[in-house]
Amino acid sequence: MRALQRFYLVEVLSGVALTAAHFFRNMGRHAAHALGKKDARGAVTIQYPDERRPYSPRLRTLHRLVRREDGSPRCVACMMCETVCPAHCIYIVAAEHPNPEIEKVPARFDIDVGKCVFCGYCVEACPEDAIRMDTGILEFSSYTRGGMIYTKEALLALEPAGPDGHPRSPIPIPADRTP
Amino acid sequence: MSLAADLGIAFGRVAFVMLFVLNMGGLLTWVERKQSAIMQDRIGANRASILGLRLFGLFHPLADAIKMLTKEDFRPARADRVLFGLAPFVSVFFALTAFASIPFGDTLRVGGREIPLQAVTLNVGVLYVFAMLSLGVYGVMMAGWSSGNNFALLGGQRAAALMITAEVAIGASIMGVIMVYGSLNMMDIVRGQGALLWGWLPAWGIVTQPLAFVLFLTAGIAATKRIPFDMPEGESEIIGYFVEYSGMKFGMFAMADFLETVVIAGMTTSLFLGGWQVPYLDAAGVRLPWGWTWALPHLLVVLLQVGAFVLKVCAVIFFMMLIRWTLPRFRYDQAMRLGWLGLFPLSIANIVLTGLVLLLWGGRP
Repeated sequence: MRALQRFYLVEVLSGVALTAAHFFRNMGRHAAHALGKKDARGAVTIQYPDERRPYSPRLRTLHRLVRREDGSPRCVACMMCETVCPAHCIYIVAAEHPNPEIEKVPARFDIDVGKCVFCGYCVEACPEDAIRMDTGILEFSSYTRGGMIYTKEALLALEPAGPDGHPRSPIPIPADRTP
Repeated sequence: MSLAADLGIAFGRVAFVMLFVLNMGGLLTWVERKQSAIMQDRIGANRASILGLRLFGLFHPLADAIKMLTKEDFRPARADRVLFGLAPFVSVFFALTAFASIPFGDTLRVGGREIPLQAVTLNVGVLYVFAMLSLGVYGVMMAGWSSGNNFALLGGQRAAALMITAEVAIGASIMGVIMVYGSLNMMDIVRGQGALLWGWLPAWGIVTQPLAFVLFLTAGIAATKRIPFDMPEGESEIIGYFVEYSGMKFGMFAMADFLETVVIAGMTTSLFLGGWQVPYLDAAGVRLPWGWTWALPHLLVVLLQVGAFVLKVCAVIFFMMLIRWTLPRFRYDQAMRLGWLGLFPLSIANIVLTGLVLLLWGGRP
């Protein structure tokens, strides 16, 4: 065996046979796909921006603020999430709520996604189920640090992800980034 | 009138070869991406589109060319002004001219003229291709020397060392073929491969010289400077002779590698795979070994032969790409050892063996 391997040619041919087998098998599948057999796939690639693999429902993605019936945030500005956040990426300014039944409302609710570690503690800590991380949005990028800060209005506008875990609301694009 | 026709014919012969080699070279950038992708269960480049038409990524070579041409053409301050600009052109020029004496078809008879289907009819065609292929390394060495960069210089030196290694093995392995077919003229060698051994086996070079075929192909792949013999580039250690090049000049070096692939494939086809010969097809038509014949018009025969040549070249290129995307690269010393202690002695042994067989068998097939 050792001598055969040192001779190299046999090993080269067996390697070439392996790769060639892959080539012809995949070519056959590509051809079958082109001829109408749509479940034949010659590649394992997922063409990402066009198609996504299904995301797990437990996947923690961009936060959203849950709305009440009237569209106002369910958040009562209790500062639990801001306190528990290990990355200190949540910034809340509380204000009086016009309804005396409800104690407070956030005047500002900013999340710096650039700092966020996606641990999900804020969701765990929230007594009002006002913040969730189920939007399915994974693409955050910006040319500036400020562009990574998502405000209350942007977070309120987001919808939960669809059943396959893919985002249903448009990805909020920071002002400094043109698509 | 006659002069104009002669000129036209000469121009046509050269143009066919030029366009064939250039287009193949351009297409190989696409083949390289797609073939490697399919071998690795991927899709490969498919995003370039014109009006939404993607065509399996066939526009990527075009997009590449546009990108290369519009990029900054940077020359380092310490580079040699003349040689630095000249080097990529030298590289591509010799890769392009090497194909000239490789025949792509038998003699074409049109209107009382006999047109040999090769760009240049040379008595020493094999040596010519060989010489042009070797001269190609001058471009690489010039690039390495003139860049004013130590890594580029190292790459150029390695290219020279690799080229000499490959050259010796190529030259010595070709000797067996030349001995069997008794000519240095590529056309004669291909004609000789049309004979039948024992009345049924086409006397292709791969049949009469199997060892030389393996040696030549190995050395030929080394001569193209691509993986597994990419010492001059050595992406994982030195970037190589074109480290200082950008834009289309860099593209020309990449192009030269592909052109050399086409040339090696053409040479392998001509010397070992019967060139334009189709088995059991001669100038009059199909003639099977058990005596069945089928007459074909001259033009159809020539077309079939040219088609066979193109097909064979494509098959060899496919095989070379298969090798390139299968094997890991050799280390520099491993390549040198393979060349000098493996290929070279074996090709010398092949010459001796061929001589003995020819002596005992008594002459040529």
